[in-house]
Amino acid sequence: MTIHQSPEAFGYEAFLAAHQRKEVLRFIACGSVDDGKSTLIGRLLHDTKQIFDDQISALQRDSRRHGTQGQEMDLALLVDGLQAEREQGITIDVAYRFFSTEKRSFIVADTPGHEQYTRNMATGASTADVAVILVDARQGLTRQTRRHALLVSMLGIKRIALAINKMDLVGWSQTKFEEILAGFTDFTKNLGFAEVRAIPLSAKNGDNVVLPGTAATWYAGGTLLSYLEDVPVHEEALAAPFRMAVQWVNRPDSEFRGYSGRIASGQVRPGDSVTIAPNGRTSTVARIYTADGDLAVAGEDQSVTLVLADQVDASRGNVIAATDRPMQVSDTLDVRLFWASESPLAPGAALLAKIGTVTTNATVTAIRTRIDPETGQPGPAEQLTANDIADVTLTLDRPVAFDAYAENRETGGLILIDRETTDTAALGLVQAPRKADGGARIPTTTEVAGKAKPQQGGFLAKLRGLFGG
Amino acid sequence: MSAAQAVNAAPSRNLAQDRLTHLQRLEAESIHIFRETVAETENPVMLYSIGKDSSVLLHLALKAFAPGKLPFPLLHVDTTWKFREMIAFRDQRAKELGLDLLVHTNPDGLARGVGPISHGSEVHTDVMKTQALRQALDQHKFDAAFGGARRDEEASRAKERIVSLRTAQHRWDPKRQRAEPWHLYNMRKKRGESLRVFPLSNWTELDIWLYIEQENIPIVPLYFAKERPVVERDGQLLMVDDERLPLNPGETPQMRRVRFRTLGCYPLTGAVESPAATLPEIIGETLAARTSERQGRVIDKDGAGAMERKKQEGYF
Repeated sequence: MTIHQSPEAFGYEAFLAAHQRKEVLRFIACGSVDDGKSTLIGRLLHDTKQIFDDQISALQRDSRRHGTQGQEMDLALLVDGLQAEREQGITIDVAYRFFSTEKRSFIVADTPGHEQYTRNMATGASTADVAVILVDARQGLTRQTRRHALLVSMLGIKRIALAINKMDLVGWSQTKFEEILAGFTDFTKNLGFAEVRAIPLSAKNGDNVVLPGTAATWYAGGTLLSYLEDVPVHEEALAAPFRMAVQWVNRPDSEFRGYSGRIASGQVRPGDSVTIAPNGRTSTVARIYTADGDLAVAGEDQSVTLVLADQVDASRGNVIAATDRPMQVSDTLDVRLFWASESPLAPGAALLAKIGTVTTNATVTAIRTRIDPETGQPGPAEQLTANDIADVTLTLDRPVAFDAYAENRETGGLILIDRETTDTAALGLVQAPRKADGGARIPTTTEVAGKAKPQQGGFLAKLRGLFGG
Repeated sequence: MSAAQAVNAAPSRNLAQDRLTHLQRLEAESIHIFRETVAETENPVMLYSIGKDSSVLLHLALKAFAPGKLPFPLLHVDTTWKFREMIAFRDQRAKELGLDLLVHTNPDGLARGVGPISHGSEVHTDVMKTQALRQALDQHKFDAAFGGARRDEEASRAKERIVSLRTAQHRWDPKRQRAEPWHLYNMRKKRGESLRVFPLSNWTELDIWLYIEQENIPIVPLYFAKERPVVERDGQLLMVDDERLPLNPGETPQMRRVRFRTLGCYPLTGAVESPAATLPEIIGETLAARTSERQGRVIDKDGAGAMERKKQEGYF
């Protein structure tokens, strides 16, 4: 058991040390209200003791008013947020939930399962390490399950927990469980997932969520929580080449000039050769400054300030990257777009694109193909409406540095901003540049997913090689 | 050393020593948010409420721009109903750190004598906090304001973005929220609109305490248990800070060992009985806590969806 022990049980010092050394896992929960997604998240919060007495009494009050479980406490209400949504009985936006055990802290992106909310799911998936995909055991795989699996694969998630819920309502049937798993495995075989872990559970009763269930005697795997506590995270980002977008030039006096940013991927050490993209000037890292003192090494997700050995002219919008693993630079990007705006998108539309710390004018020069959200198959498209997924070509007003999204989520993701309303109109994933042989080749989902495997020589690739995975 | 550490010890592999803790990642994310906002807005300000979350927010801001100075001022909206120890702490920190601290009180509310006891918590919060904040933001033409709100505090906050757009009237529209994929924040806005920015969005109450302990961040002494004069009113323990709290007939202040889990305006913020006088004790109590921290606040109970409504009206 890894639920919080009381501090008295083993002393404050050890207790503090354990909690201050915890890692974090971000995951996205995909499913609909009908699949029991809110109940599952409520169950995770409840059984890991995140819910306080006053929240429980509020819950009991709310359960009588809004609940769907009769006199029983409706755990789903713990996570159904805004008043308007509660009255409609649906979740309509991305909400973030938090719980923790002694091993890890968890940040859950709770996104709606309805067809029209592609944008929210893409947002929630963009920073998630793992996706928990919910299936109602009675329904089996649905069109929605396929859409969710496809979407999280596009967004670069490699590990899936297939939570087969409501097993109590199918008598904990092993046949049913295996049938669903086989169907899912078949459907996702080309989506580039490194792992699919299926777990039979009942969110309503709590079996195999946090606490092991006893009903499924045939199931020897762990609970959903134990999977989330042990699944490896952050390894791809750490193994990827060094990249850091310059956010801010820190120049308090003539003695100090540092480039502040958050390391998107890889590691950096003093003495490393770096190239400023897109202008291509090269320098050497002299210091890794932080308020807590200089570092000998810094890695993905750390916010640092780099001091370079040479007087290079870098500014916000540039990316400092490993010289031996250069970024791509272009003013024309092929992008898989998740269109979010209520206004339709037609070729020729002028928007702003933000990628890393640079914002440029962007023109949609072509809508190449619309992607079927269920099959991933390309089809014709003249214009896009809200929640369409499509491959488009963007022309920018200047060259920018990027990586293909499949290789680096942080340097290959962008947003498009409507210049008039200033709203975020789309999310975009930069695709690998097309081959120079005419440009007619359109990558299919399968190809993109295939490329999403860790790069040759990456840590995970080596591991997989060793174990033949 | 301990079982807990043995469990947490990473397996020996070459990447192991580079693993970041949860707190390190939270810190890095918050610093990134500060830098993005300062780079992309013209006139940002940090709202400073003196509480523990503000202490952490300030600590992170200082880190984000070190070795440079803080490139924005702090704003304290003073309702005149803060505990004396809070004001003393605020002034001391501002002096020690050389902060550019602005203090604003709603002059209209002050003239009308608006207070939580005479006017009730809803009117007081609206006039002395919500309206006062709007006045100060308008007066200084701030186009972005950092706040210490966390998503784990209250259900309606779970869905708020890190960067939240407000209309020229400071209203929040839950329907017009911007997607925040990866770490890309859209800070564009139309003339007159402004941003509220929440660098602590993904922190939990426990994270805040663990970080305060780890970083040795100064906080107001009211968070630590001590014998203090209190009266019990409507199920809440109210500290008698001075003559601002009129006593009801039959009420006599009693010395009790109490502390505060959250610090707001003082008649609106209840104390809890607690023996926790050190940070590890507070952290232990937080984990074992059976009531959530906002319970001490009357404001959240002003009706169902109270916080959501206040946010739409421009309350932080």
